[in-house]
Amino acid sequence: MTDDNFESDGVVTLEQGAGGKAMRDLVGDILTAGFPDDSLAIGREAMDDGAVVPIGDRNVVFTTDSHVVQPPLFPGGDIGRLAVSGTVNDLAVMGATDVRALSSAVVVEAGYAESDLERIADSMARTCREADATVVTGDTKVMGHGDIDGIVLNTAGIGIADHVVRDDGLSPNDVLVITGEVGRHGVALLAEREGIEFGTTLESDVRPINGVVDRALAVAGEDVTAMKDPTRMGLAGAANEMATKSGVGIELRQDRIPVPSDVKGASEMLGLNPLQIANEGIALLGVDPTAAEDVLAALRSHPDGEDAAAIGKAIDDEHGRVLLDTGLGTRYLREPATEPAPRIC
Amino acid sequence: MSDPERIPGGPTGDVRGPSGGDNALEFRDPEKADALARRAEELVADIDADEVSIMHVCGSHEQSIAKFGLRSMLPDELDLRMGPGCPVCVTDMPEVDEAVALANAGLTIVTYGDMLHVPGTSLSLSDARDAGADVQVVYSAAEAAEIAEETDNHVVFFATGFETTAAPTAAVIRDDPPENFWVLSAHKYVPPAMEVVAAMPDTDVDGFLAAGNAATITGWGLFEELVEETDTPITVGGFEPLDILAGLVALLRDIRDREVTVRNAYPRCVTEQGNEPAQEQLWEVFTTESGEWRGIAHIPDANLILRDEYAHVDAREKFDIDTASLAASGSSLIDDCICGDIMAGREDPTDCEMFGEECTPEDPVGACMVSSEGTCKIWHEYGGRPDL
Repeated sequence: MTDDNFESDGVVTLEQGAGGKAMRDLVGDILTAGFPDDSLAIGREAMDDGAVVPIGDRNVVFTTDSHVVQPPLFPGGDIGRLAVSGTVNDLAVMGATDVRALSSAVVVEAGYAESDLERIADSMARTCREADATVVTGDTKVMGHGDIDGIVLNTAGIGIADHVVRDDGLSPNDVLVITGEVGRHGVALLAEREGIEFGTTLESDVRPINGVVDRALAVAGEDVTAMKDPTRMGLAGAANEMATKSGVGIELRQDRIPVPSDVKGASEMLGLNPLQIANEGIALLGVDPTAAEDVLAALRSHPDGEDAAAIGKAIDDEHGRVLLDTGLGTRYLREPATEPAPRIC
Repeated sequence: MSDPERIPGGPTGDVRGPSGGDNALEFRDPEKADALARRAEELVADIDADEVSIMHVCGSHEQSIAKFGLRSMLPDELDLRMGPGCPVCVTDMPEVDEAVALANAGLTIVTYGDMLHVPGTSLSLSDARDAGADVQVVYSAAEAAEIAEETDNHVVFFATGFETTAAPTAAVIRDDPPENFWVLSAHKYVPPAMEVVAAMPDTDVDGFLAAGNAATITGWGLFEELVEETDTPITVGGFEPLDILAGLVALLRDIRDREVTVRNAYPRCVTEQGNEPAQEQLWEVFTTESGEWRGIAHIPDANLILRDEYAHVDAREKFDIDTASLAASGSSLIDDCICGDIMAGREDPTDCEMFGEECTPEDPVGACMVSSEGTCKIWHEYGGRPDL
């Protein structure tokens, strides 16, 4: 019945593009309704970060993403870095840290500065090198001035997974591990948008994480039971989705969740919850308790995993919900109904 | 009333500004919180009743209680409920209709953000704005007067809130506002509502946790009369987790000892006399009249209206407000809304069949889901008491 909350006289609303329940309903009810059933190992109905297409004895993971971030050049990154990282990271959290190839489709507005386009393309190339990936095919469209807002970038990618990791594999007592600090991307973009100065430079965490995730998979293999990258809707969104799909509850400890102090300060000023806002350079892992220490040590051995932390565990209670131990009492941590900040990833 | 006793493990009495930033951290200390929660548990056990019911009357209390998960620290037998503590929620539909009618008539309406989406009989101010009316959001009464200075249009400040916001409204009204500035007062005065709610047969309140912010203006002394009227102990509490827990411990001790008195568990901000200049301003400009509190009851002497001396800024005196055209649209959902029962402390948001389904912050049915001070909206964000 909640579908009605987002219906607006039969037209698509911004909420439906924000990555929450409204978007899942749009995808399920309209966008994927008429396609033939697929017989793939993990298909679109799972609405995971990517699909798995078995080819011979290999698990090929396939994913695509469009990017419409405002502003396209932001503190700590740009839409090009975001596009490559977003696709690489979607593959990585499916277990495909071995990224084989990306595509890049650009839709750009007539009048867009070539120098900005060049900077974005450079940034994509640099990010590809970090991820040990490359763009092998692409497409370019130019639209009339005013027909599109600046630039839209779509990237798709394929990678190989030794072990496919889904987002529904949590069992009670699995440890929840985050690979880095929370809240940077969304808060940095919003602070920039609102013109708020904090004395420190708040920067997005946008980066490819296949390297750091690979360390965890190398030491733990199938003991990494579930994985997501907490982009839109943040840690709260990713944890709630994992809990719902896995049929477990999740209990997180607020004091264990690494939130940088500048993100905390900016969040309070902007009225945001850093746990409910987008990240672009971290992963949330479910790990069998026997492997948790090894995974933490492996993550911390990578420069992008220095702040990795065990932040909670799956519980056989409150199925489908996420609890937050605030250090005083316990409350629910809900997925935000809509993205608090549109067009940031 | 004896001097408020020091509360072991509770906040010290050092007087500082409202807590914020790192100052707040000392009032969130987990060890002290645990000690207070254990004390609360002992006291509830001593009271030896199936249920001990404490009502607070402030959305900021509910925010803190829910956000920090304080209910999960307290014994099951302690029922901690929110009463009529959200001024946005208790603003009656005809009052919203007046503001909408003035907006539709072409006047500029300025009000607090939370009022924008509160449904009137058929429309909210937000609906009026979508249809082209000039409705603007302000953060203070002073800002409302500034907007009047910058325009030739009539500017009506739809003034809502309890004593905490009524005092600043009074200050602006006394301060010779521009001639095109008018006030449509929907301000409310809390103590009479506490009295009415306490007397409701199915609202069984053993103690009140009174709002520390309103008490900074009125002083805790104000509650002495109310304690006698209701035969119910009252403790004034602040808003940090330790403030609230310390307030509850003080209240539980009085409930156990059958001591019907007022205590001040927020001494760093609240005094017996309160802010006397602010009170003088408030009562110089406003007087009380009886009126409806949305969904709760007709409450005597709890609506704040402008005195005759200030009729020259009273929108109701100046304009012929016609709300007849705003007849009910026959929304069937509003008939099922239990906001009134929730604000009277008789029901929880989760008792409402529409909670989180037909009624969400994005598409609210009742006022409690609209305001950031509303119980439903707070529970929608943080949940109630986890079932562990």
